[in-house]
Amino acid sequence: MRKNVMTFALLAMALVMVLSACGPTPTPVTQAPATPPPATQPPATQPPAPTATQPPAPAATAAPFVFGMLLVGPHNDQGWSQATYDGGQYVEQKIAGSKMLYLENVYSGSPAYPGQTASQLAAQLVSQGAKLVFFNSDDMKDEALKFAQANPNIYVVGVSDDWTWKDGKNYTVSANQFDVMGRMEYMKMVAGCAAALTTQTGKIGFLGPLINDETRRLAASAFLGAKYCWTNVLKKDAANLTFTVTWIGFWFNIPGVTSDPSQVADNFYNTGYDVVISGIDTTEALVQAEKAKQAGKAVWALAYDYKSNCGVAPDICLGVPYFNWGPAYLSIVKTAVDGSWTQGFQWNAPDWTNINNPDTSAVGFNKGNGLSADNSTKLDAFIAELAGGLNLWKGPLNLQDKSVYLADGAAATDLQIWYLPQLLEGMQGDSVAK
Amino acid sequence: MKKNTWVNLGFQVGALVLALLITTLILVAAGAPPLKAYLSILSGAFGSTRNVVAVLITWSPLLLTTAGVLITFAAGLWNIGMEGQMTLGAIFATGMLRLFEHAALPPALIIILGILAGILGGAIWAALAGALKTFGGVNEIFGGLGLNFVATALTIYLVFGPWKRPGVGSMSGTQPFDQALWLPTLPGTELSIWSLVISVLVIALVYLLLRGTHFGLRLKAVGKNSKAAFLMGVPTWQYSMFAFLLCGAFAGLAGGIQVMGIYHRLLPNISNGYGFLGLLVAMLINYQALWAAPIAFLFAALNTGSVQLQIIYKLDSSFAGVLQDLLVLLVLLGEGARQRFIKKN
Repeated sequence: MRKNVMTFALLAMALVMVLSACGPTPTPVTQAPATPPPATQPPATQPPAPTATQPPAPAATAAPFVFGMLLVGPHNDQGWSQATYDGGQYVEQKIAGSKMLYLENVYSGSPAYPGQTASQLAAQLVSQGAKLVFFNSDDMKDEALKFAQANPNIYVVGVSDDWTWKDGKNYTVSANQFDVMGRMEYMKMVAGCAAALTTQTGKIGFLGPLINDETRRLAASAFLGAKYCWTNVLKKDAANLTFTVTWIGFWFNIPGVTSDPSQVADNFYNTGYDVVISGIDTTEALVQAEKAKQAGKAVWALAYDYKSNCGVAPDICLGVPYFNWGPAYLSIVKTAVDGSWTQGFQWNAPDWTNINNPDTSAVGFNKGNGLSADNSTKLDAFIAELAGGLNLWKGPLNLQDKSVYLADGAAATDLQIWYLPQLLEGMQGDSVAK
Repeated sequence: MKKNTWVNLGFQVGALVLALLITTLILVAAGAPPLKAYLSILSGAFGSTRNVVAVLITWSPLLLTTAGVLITFAAGLWNIGMEGQMTLGAIFATGMLRLFEHAALPPALIIILGILAGILGGAIWAALAGALKTFGGVNEIFGGLGLNFVATALTIYLVFGPWKRPGVGSMSGTQPFDQALWLPTLPGTELSIWSLVISVLVIALVYLLLRGTHFGLRLKAVGKNSKAAFLMGVPTWQYSMFAFLLCGAFAGLAGGIQVMGIYHRLLPNISNGYGFLGLLVAMLINYQALWAAPIAFLFAALNTGSVQLQIIYKLDSSFAGVLQDLLVLLVLLGEGARQRFIKKN
């Protein structure tokens, strides 16, 4: 009897297909363009100069250029993934005929794609015509390189990766790969300053994601900004500032796997921390702050990643340091379109003439309603100082284990900042996983 | 054909058609043209060699977990703990590779040791569930579920603790193994021919074991009526334990293949739901090993092909799961309705 199951399953499938052919008007299908892969292999060359300060010019192409994006979270997560998704939409607007395809919730062991790795999913994008694929998380770092090396005719962009940084520790010759990151360190300093200006208890919490070079340096940047404003603007004793980092284990909550960011935020608010700086991709710090405020507590939060993130809980939001990927993505995609692609690496700075310029600034900071007018003015002054060359990554600075990180007067190099080995002295929390 | 055969056929086909009709309605409600959506699934699964390879990569562990639960189902056991057993297989395999990574041993030998360790890990974890049932009176469903949680917790501890990547604390996993310790793959693909061959051999072995051996007959006797089997001289608890061990070994093997052939490191979600998916496949085929390979292949194709639905129609990637679950649910409902119909008539 069971021998007939397969036969009838196929027959049933055929029946439904016939029936469904009489269904509603089909929506347009995104078809792969019949464009050939790059005729020549992109040569390995010196990294191009950062383009963040160059206003992107609209470009037009004769044939549609399809690019794909692997998003670590949902495309509308109001965080990291939405910011990078918006960057793709910016490219679509600026390059006539370009088309973005995407897959979301792509991370190691994602139940959304049993047994399928990021490089396999990238291949699915390529099968729909993508000539360039963005791997938008460090979680896909290994997969991005693997895919790039296995598919030399497809351009690969590793967002937040360092494979193609010639000076970096992990430099690898991968001619069709380009890595990009924004200098969020500056905006984290701004966030830290806003937190320090606002806190009434002197206790600031940092809701950290996983622990790696990137998250260490961003948490440290927030601390440096907080410490500077606490001591230099408010003229308070640094010993009275508590800055604690708690890591959840990933960029967002994975029930049963990571720590619950809502609980972590609650723990902060319940133990005297009145400002929490979010370092994760999602909005729990704000949501829990809003709840705490409704329960009568005077608390605030700083969002992260996405420019409109304060909208989740506007009244308790002090601001959001955010990525503006559009200009960088545009500059990279344009080189793929016009054939001028070279392997390279960008670590793009803000446009200090206007950090919120959507066409020129790689990172920005939007203030929230929770920031008082007085503190807003002070924060503007701090931003102006940064724009004027204030460098907080300057010695004397010690690491958390009290070893010297920067001698007195020494400024950190990009390598020292990118690969910060520990949190800084004065910060509480784990520098590495225990 | 006898009347009952036609009745059986009618209920089965009815369930399948109903599942597809409901799925079609979901597609229509989501704004996707059903025919094109189904065709895009086919294209996503079979549209290119690369896609077929992706299907085979998914098929292999699914076949192993299905083979495992066929054994425990035959013994009348619901081994819900397959996920944990697979995870322990992955942990043991990772441990073995880490142990010998820098040893002066041939990589092939280390890989074989890794596979054997995976088998051992899965079997040990299944033996725990079996012992809880046999000697502690703990229902295997609760025991298995509990052990799944423990396995996950253990993985997280290892990934964030002793086996963490240097300077990193992330659920992204442990430090990838040296490339020499990866399961060999077909050139230009991620498909390990070894995992494929092993999986096919395992399902063939299970088919033969259950269909043509004294052991299989006794195992089924235990599953159908443990008391009667005992009175007939079958050592029932030993058979139950052996079923657990065998199932755990296959799950552990699948876990070992995941770390050595697919991810090349240990992840918290290393089992990827294959244990539960194997249960669904086994239920859909009414526990008949003969159909395990094609139906598991169908599930693998759905998983792989439905990725296209998200790319083209922005449908959630869980669509394949919806279709699979509907198929199983309605086939089981159809079977219940069929039995009631036959009783009445």
